Parts: sequence; structure tokens; C-alpha cells
Amino acid sequence: MENLNGYLIVSAILFAIGTIGVLTRKNAIVIFMCIELMLNAVNLTFISLSRHLGHLDGQIFVIFIMTVAAAEAAVGLALMIAFYNNKESIDVEDVNLMKW
Amino acid sequence: MFDNVWLIPLFPLIGFLINGFFGKKIKNEAVIGGIGTLMIFMSFIVSCGILMQMIGLPPEQRVFEKVLFPWIHCGNFKADMAFLVDPLSAVMIMVVTGVGSLIHLYSIGYMHGEEGFYRFFAYLNLFCMAMLLLVLGNNMLVMFIGWEGVGLCSYLLIGYYFHKKSAGDAGKKAFVMNRVGDFGFLLGMFTLYWWFGSNHNIWTINFTEIKAASHLLPYGGVVTVATLCFFVGATGKSAQIPLFTWLPDAMEGPTPVSALIHAATMVTAGVYMIGRMSFVFIKSPDTMMVVAVVGAATAIFAATIGTAQNDIKRVLAYSTVSQLGFMFLAMGVGAFWAGIFHLMTHAFFKACMFLGSGSVIHSMHHALHHGHLHDDAQDMRNMGGLRKVMPITFITFFVSTLAIAGIFPFSGFFSKDEILWKAFSNPYHGNLNIILWGTGAIAACFTAFYMFRLVFMTFFGECRINPKVKSHLHESPLVITIPLMVLGALATVGGFIGMPKVMGALPNYLEHWLDPVFELANEFGTKYAHEGGHHSHALEWGLMGLSIAIAVVGIMIALTMYVKNTGAPARFTATFPALHRAVYNKWYIDELYDFLFVNPCKAFGQFLWKGFDVVVVDGIVNGVANVVMGFSGIFRYMQSGYIYNYAFSMVLGVVVILGYYIFK
Repeated sequence: MENLNGYLIVSAILFAIGTIGVLTRKNAIVIFMCIELMLNAVNLTFISLSRHLGHLDGQIFVIFIMTVAAAEAAVGLALMIAFYNNKESIDVEDVNLMKW
Repeated sequence: MFDNVWLIPLFPLIGFLINGFFGKKIKNEAVIGGIGTLMIFMSFIVSCGILMQMIGLPPEQRVFEKVLFPWIHCGNFKADMAFLVDPLSAVMIMVVTGVGSLIHLYSIGYMHGEEGFYRFFAYLNLFCMAMLLLVLGNNMLVMFIGWEGVGLCSYLLIGYYFHKKSAGDAGKKAFVMNRVGDFGFLLGMFTLYWWFGSNHNIWTINFTEIKAASHLLPYGGVVTVATLCFFVGATGKSAQIPLFTWLPDAMEGPTPVSALIHAATMVTAGVYMIGRMSFVFIKSPDTMMVVAVVGAATAIFAATIGTAQNDIKRVLAYSTVSQLGFMFLAMGVGAFWAGIFHLMTHAFFKACMFLGSGSVIHSMHHALHHGHLHDDAQDMRNMGGLRKVMPITFITFFVSTLAIAGIFPFSGFFSKDEILWKAFSNPYHGNLNIILWGTGAIAACFTAFYMFRLVFMTFFGECRINPKVKSHLHESPLVITIPLMVLGALATVGGFIGMPKVMGALPNYLEHWLDPVFELANEFGTKYAHEGGHHSHALEWGLMGLSIAIAVVGIMIALTMYVKNTGAPARFTATFPALHRAVYNKWYIDELYDFLFVNPCKAFGQFLWKGFDVVVVDGIVNGVANVVMGFSGIFRYMQSGYIYNYAFSMVLGVVVILGYYIFK
């Protein structure tokens, strides 16, 4: 595969978008989706490098990450439902009890 | 028998353990008192056995050392738990266990119904054990255990009525003053140990070894330093100037305690210690002079105070201080055996008087209690005429008083006269002798005066107790009067074992007995003794007669003032109000010490508390905490509680770390 850099750049852009989303958005679901975006950016990097190096380890990692992401989605969404039941909101600004 | 010497301190220790741990459960006074008395009496029997065996031996074989077990062996330093039996310690254990047994027996009656009866007997036993360790120890460290032990026990016994503040204070005072003295003892011990070790490589604190090496000691110099330190220890324990003020206050304890501690045992420890180390003391002419002068000064000083006190026990307390002064005078003029002789006779007559005063107080207290009166049971102004209701107490007390006043042929005459004679004729102090003798003689006159004042105020004249309760005064029970009779008999005949040579009726048993102990000291003494220390027998007879005459004068003054012409004391007080006030207030010595030592110490303590502890120590601790709190007050705002803040710092951290690796 000749154009490794292109893949890595796209991956970096996706990761940056995800990061900025996590830092700037208040809606927990959007933050959650941004985290997924970051994970998938990482996945893309793994796949590209795996292909480039002719090595299967990267692809095994991606399978792991997708499994963990699925579990994370289940737990995360459950948390959000519990949170919404308490506060009638999923805005992270309202989750600020853990402070000084 | 010598091998069993360790039993002597062991028996009282067993008594202490039994009564101390199980006394509260035993409850029965007869059992508790019986155990306590039996234990010390068994020590007395062992002591008698040792004395008997010793009498059977030739004089040069009368020294025996029993090593019980090795105690501290550390490099050159060696101290065993070991006992020394020689004629001196034999005399001491006889006095301690003999008089101690009688006092234990007496206490059964005197302390009847007191709260903490078992505690009292436990302390008494512990005290006797400590005292026996003191006199039997063959090295300074064992002696020091006993030395400290008697100090501790005196604290416990003086503060026996601990719910009374004055008793607690008196106990503390005794303890602190003794500690001051003990410090001197320690310094003396260190000095001797260090000197022998560094100069002659003899690292020892063992009396026998020191004695064997004592010819190496110089005259004066380091010996003066060491012996003066020891003497400070002796002044604390034996209530001499300047550390005597604890003894009169110690009268707060129950009367048997006064008899045990202040007549027979603890206060004699200082005299005994000087006797034990006579061969060191004699090597320093300066120390000998200090001892003699302090002894004579204490004798007269305490005697003057005794003339104006109204509390029966306080008079006896000052008389004890004064008599101890006589003993130190004897030690200081090199008449060591005379000091021990007076120690012994004093133990008899003073114990008898203390116990007799206890019997009087017991009876007074009983009568006053019966009438629900709150008059002072110890104040002689409330007594009078008691000889009719308490004949046994009166006779024994009167005999003892004759003994302390120095009337022939009672025991005190022989010992006191020997001391005065030696003060006059000793070859060590030159022109000072006449002053020492004069001071002693005047003190003897005062002694006769205040003791007969006590007797006249207590036993003669009209009964001044509230008439309502007069019929309740009665003689004490047998358990109290038997010790009185025994001690009274000893006070009468005890002097015959030390009869002066000029009388010739009996050989001077005690002097010959103690000769092996003190002959080395006498030999050292001849090195600087003045020539011509020989006086004629006529002079000795003359001074003997003079000392009796002086005593009789004292008695006559007391008789005139307190029996024939009872208005005289009041007139005297009115004529010399300032003098009376000063004497009555003990020459303001307590106030002086308060001003010189106690209050500055208190002020220094206040400063350490308010100035140093609160400001500096607490300041540092609180300051550190405040600094931490200030910083955390600023940094806690980083903990915003918003997830995106934390996430941002994580990202920032990752960026920084990555940046470092990329651009380094």
C-alpha cells in the first residue's frame, strides 16, 4: 500500500475532531459519540499500519477495541439513563458534585 | 547463717507482694497486719542469727560477702546484686528489723479501721525492704536502689492520706528534696568510679574493693569533691541543713510512719553511708569539717525551732533533725562509732516517743471524735494531765525523754556525751573544736528544754481538753503499749553497750565491735591529726558532769515555765514578739526557699509553658499546618467537578509528553 500517509492523516483528523468534541460539547450523548469517533480513528491507524507492515497484530487489536467499545456503549448509555432519571438532563454541566 | 543474708530483704518483699496484690481481697485486718509484722519479724530472727554467728567469730573474720546474682556486667563496669555483712551492717539490720517489727506491731492497733489498711502495710514492708537493701548492699549501686527505694516509700507513706492536700504536698516535698540529695550521691559515685578507673585502672563501685584501694586516694582534692557530693546526698536523706525542711512537713503521714522513717530508718541512711565510706571521708579534712559544722549547726538550729512549736509531732520532728545533727557532728569529728551509737540509741528513744505521741493522739482523736469536736488532736495546748489516764504511755515517754535529754544512766546520755566529748577532744579540727563542743552543748540544753516542755504540756498540769469529752480519754490497747514498753526498756538500758572507758564498769562493747570497720579511717586520720590530742580523765569526767548539768538546767527552765509559773511563756512571747514569731515560723526557712528556689522554678515553668510551649512549639506545628492549608486553599479550585476540565488536562498532559518525545 503506497499511500500510508493519507490514511494516517485522515485518522489524525478524525481523532482531533473527536477530541475537540469531547472537550467542547456539553451533551453527554454527543461526547459519547465523539469518544467513539476517537476510538475509530485509532482503529483506522491500526488497520493501516497492519496492512503496511504486513502484520496481523494490529487487526487483532482492532477487534478488541470494537468489543470494548460495544461494552462501553452499553454501560455508558445505562449510566446516562440513570442520570437522566435523576436530573432530567444529560448535560455534563449538571454533573459537578465531585469538586472542592 | 551468713549465707542466708539475702532472706533479710526478701521477707519484707514477700510481705509487700502479698499485701500489695491481695490485701484488698483479704480485707481481714488481723491477717494483713499479721503478715506484714510476721515478715519483718522473720527478718529480725535472721538478723539475730547473723549477729550471733558474728559474735562467735574473731573480729578479723567478721566480714562476709554474698553474691546473689550477677546484675550488670558491662565492659569494665561490674555491679552484682550482692550483700555485705560486717559489724556495721549487722548493727543496722538489727536496728531496722528490730524497731521495724515493733512499729509494724504497733501499726496494727494504730491503723485499726483506717481506709486502705492493706496499702499501709504493703508500703511499710516495701520500705523496710528498701532500707535493708540500703544497709546490706556491698556496692554503691545496690545501696542506691535502697536509697531511692526509701525515698519513694517515704513519698507513698507521707502522702498516705492523699485526699488531704497538705499530705500530698508534704509527700512531694520530701520526694523532691530527696531527689536533690540523690543527685549528689550519684555525682559522688561517678567521681570515685571515674577517679579510680582512670588513674589506677580500678573500675569498681564495690565497697570492699574501694576500701582495699583507698590508700591510693589523695588527701583532699578529688576526694573532697566526691565526699562533698556524697554529703549532699546525706543531707537530703538525713534532713540536714540545707535540705531539712521536708522532715517536719512529713509529719502529715500517720504516726507509725514518722516513727519508722524519721526515727529508726530512712533518716539514718546518710549517717550510715558516711560510716560505710568513712575511709574515704576521712581522707578529706575539708569535708570532715563541713560535715561537723553542718551537723552542729543543724543540731542547734532545729533545736531552737523545736522550742516554739505546739504540734506534738512537729516538736519531735525538729528534735529528730537536731539529733541527726549530733550524729553528723560525730561523723565530722571522726568519731564514727559514736555517730552509729547515737543512731542506735536515737532509734530506740525517738521511736518510743513517736509511738508514744501516736498513742496520745490516738486517744485524743478518739475522745474528740466521740464528742463531735473539731479541735486539733495533735495540738499540745489541748492536752495536759494525761499521765493519769495514760500511765504506760506516760512512763515510756518520760523515760525516753530522759534519754534524749542526756540524763545518766539513760541511753541518750552515753551516746550524746560521747559525741560532745569527741567534738571537744578530737585531733582533727584544732580551734574549731571548742566551738563545735559549745554548739553541741547549747543544742543539748535546748533539747532538754523543749522535750520537757513537751512532756509538761502533754502529761502534766491541768487537762485542757474540752471537759465534755474528758472521760473518753483512755489508755491505748496492748498492741500499742507493748512496743512502747519494749522501746522504753531499750531506751533505758541501750546505752550500756557503749559505756565510756573512764567509767570502766563495762567494756565499751560497741566501739570494739565497730573497730574493724573504722580502724582504717582512724589510721588515715592520724596522718593529719594534731599532736597532743590527749586529754586527762578528769577533764572527761568534768565535761560529762557539765553536760548533765546543762541538761538539768534545760529541764529546770521548762519546769519553771510550764509547770510552776505557767504565765511565763506568754510573758516571754510578749517581751520578745519578733523573736517568738521568727522561731514559731521556723526562722522563715520555708518562705526563704520558696523565694529562692520554688518561685523562680515556678516562674521558669510558667515561661516554658506560656512562652516557649504555646508560642514556639505550638507555633511551629500550627504554622506548618497553616501553610499547607493556605496552599491547598488556592489549588483546590482546580478540582472544578466538570468532566471536560479533567479531560482537557489529560489531553494537555498527553500533548506535552508527546511533544517532549517528538521535539527533544
